[in-house]
Order: sequence, then structure tokens, then C-alpha cells
Amino acid sequence: MKKLESTLPNMAIVLTSIAVIAGLALGYVNSVTAGPIEQIKAQQLSDGIKAVLNADEVAVEAPDTLESGAVVYRTDKGVSVQATDPNGFGGKLTVLVGFDNEGCIQGYQILETSETPGLGAKADQWFQKGQKGDIIGKSPARNNMTVSKDGGEVDAITASTITSRAFLRCVNSAYEALSVKEDAQTGATAQHKEEMEVSNE
Amino acid sequence: MNNLKVFLNGLIKENPTFVLLLGMCPTLGTTSSALNGMSMGLATMAVLVFSNLIIALIKNLIPDMVRIPCYIVVIASLVTILQMLIKAYAPGIDAALGLFIPLIVVNCIILGRAEAFAAKNGAVPSIFDGLGIGLGFTWALTLLGACRELLGTGKVFGLTLFPEQYGALLFVLAPGAFIVLGYLIAIFNKLKKA
Repeated sequence: MKKLESTLPNMAIVLTSIAVIAGLALGYVNSVTAGPIEQIKAQQLSDGIKAVLNADEVAVEAPDTLESGAVVYRTDKGVSVQATDPNGFGGKLTVLVGFDNEGCIQGYQILETSETPGLGAKADQWFQKGQKGDIIGKSPARNNMTVSKDGGEVDAITASTITSRAFLRCVNSAYEALSVKEDAQTGATAQHKEEMEVSNE
Repeated sequence: MNNLKVFLNGLIKENPTFVLLLGMCPTLGTTSSALNGMSMGLATMAVLVFSNLIIALIKNLIPDMVRIPCYIVVIASLVTILQMLIKAYAPGIDAALGLFIPLIVVNCIILGRAEAFAAKNGAVPSIFDGLGIGLGFTWALTLLGACRELLGTGKVFGLTLFPEQYGALLFVLAPGAFIVLGYLIAIFNKLKKA
């Protein structure tokens, strides 16, 4: 077949039809994959909530998104809060923290991180139970949850003070979100779903 | 025979990373470990094979003056489809490479092969070219990732070869990527001349 001439109608028709076909293909794949993607997101979130509360089964109530951007998930075993700090060493740091009913930290999980591999990225293990920076069982109400360099009682990750500070800011703001929620019981339920999607991106 | 030649061409003689020096951004960015490098290589190869095939099939329908926008629409759609599939069925890879998958669109290897090969050849040789260049990119990225992972953390594909504290963290970070890549290109050139 001979190559099409570069006349204006030819060019317009060809480019438009390629774009339309591409758009249809994208729409189709999107409709096929949208379900599984949602499921995986929900699965990851519920796995995270279970992990930070040390529970095999939790019943999660509808989440609440607070003005600070923290998302509070109330469950029968305690509360888990997703909090974000924009000033990690590599950028945004998002942590899911689980609290029991007395406000003590049950566990945590890093959801989103751009920290340096080998240094700040160790935060996923460093603050767990039995590790050097163990925060499990502590409560921001009773303990000073800052790094020892700032007068607090948590050992920072070696050579990663900035990451450690960002991490602890997440933990503290998660705790604040918890107390705000208990004080006011503000209901932002109509908006929370939308905001959750935005914060997931 | 001819197809085999096209295939081997991309693997060694015109290796995109070590010889053509194309697609350096994903090369340097994603090779912090052997597994990440390999996943990026395979993802790029998948896009490359399909974009070569589609462009070889429709090349006569595309007027010369709008060929670049047409190629980019095809490539961008394929990348987006790939990204959605990875998100839905391989969330682990998505977590490791999330940011770099959309960047395959602007990976000059893909547009380069569309322009230099697929636009001038038939569908079957174009597939072989995509496979060859794609595998060439994949092994180069895997090797680079393996070297960096070994020097930086003492592991290859997660298998510990020596304790982590003897590794030089530098090699996992960006400067290490430049250093290792430079040495690998030097070694590759030496071997090719021999």
C-alpha cells in the first residue's frame, strides 16, 4: 500500500482516528482493571490496619478525614490513624499508626516513603518492638515522642535524624488527630470518601 | 536468519544502554537493585514490542508530517494500559517502579526504535527488533542493578553474599549509578573491541 500524502485532511483524519482508537482501548482497559485496583487498595489498607493493631480480625467503621489531612479508622480493637508529614528527607512520608483505647501505640506501618535506601528507609524496622528506636507501647500523652537530640526519648535512626523527626511528627499528629476526634466527634463523612481518594494518589 | 540477526543486533551490537546510551534516566533511576532493574527492563520491553508491532502495521496510514504525534499517542496509550495492568495484577512491582512506569512514554529508546526501525520494516522484523532491544535493555539494567546492589548492600536479588555493613551505601544512591554505569560501559567497549 502506498504511503498517505501529508495533506491537511489526511493528517487531521489520521491523527484524530488514532487518538479515538487509543482512547477507546484505554477506556476498555480502565473498566477492566478499575475493580481489581480498588480491591488491592482496600486490601492493603485493611492489612495495614490489622498489622498496626496486632489483630487478626478487625471491624472497621467508616473512616473520617480531618482537616489536618489525617484519616482516622475506628475499629473494635482500637483506632488506627493515617498521618502524613511533607518534610521527610526525600519528600512525603505517610505512616499508619495503631493506638489502643488508652492511646498507647500498638504498631505502625510506613505506607508511603521516599527516604534514602539504607538510611532513612530503615524507618520501617527501626521503631518496631525490640529495635533501637522502639516506640511500641509508648503514648504521646505520657512520653516525649521526639528524637533524643531534641530532648525527647526516642533514639533516632543512625545518620537519619531528618527522617526520624518526620516519622515522629507523623506519630504525634496521628495522636493529635485521635484526641481531636474524641473531643469533637466532627463528622466529615459526606466528604471523606472523595478526600481519601485524593490523599491516596 | 534475518530476524535472528535483528534480534542479536539489539542484544549486543546496538545495546541501548551500553552502546547507544539511550534511556539514561530510567537506567540510572531504577537500578538500585537487580530486581528493580529487571522489572523496569521487562516493562519497557513489553511496551517496545507492542509499539514496534503497531507502528509497523499502520506505518503506511500515517502521513509523514504527523508521524511523531501519532507514534507518541500509540506509545503513551500502551504505557498507560501497562500501568493499569501492573497496578491491578502486580502491586509489588507498582510499589517499586510506580513513578518510572509513566516515564516509559518519554523513554527515547521506544520512540527511537519506532522511528529508526518499525517505520521502515515489516511487522515480524519489528517484533524481533523490539525483543532484541528490549532484552538488551533488560540485561543491561539487571547487570547494573546487580552490581549496585552487591557493592552497596552485599546482596544480589536479595541473596546475601557478604554482610551489609561492608557495603558502600554510595552505590545504592545516585552517584553510584553513574560510577558503575561508567565502568560497565568501559568494560563493554573493551570486550567489543577484543
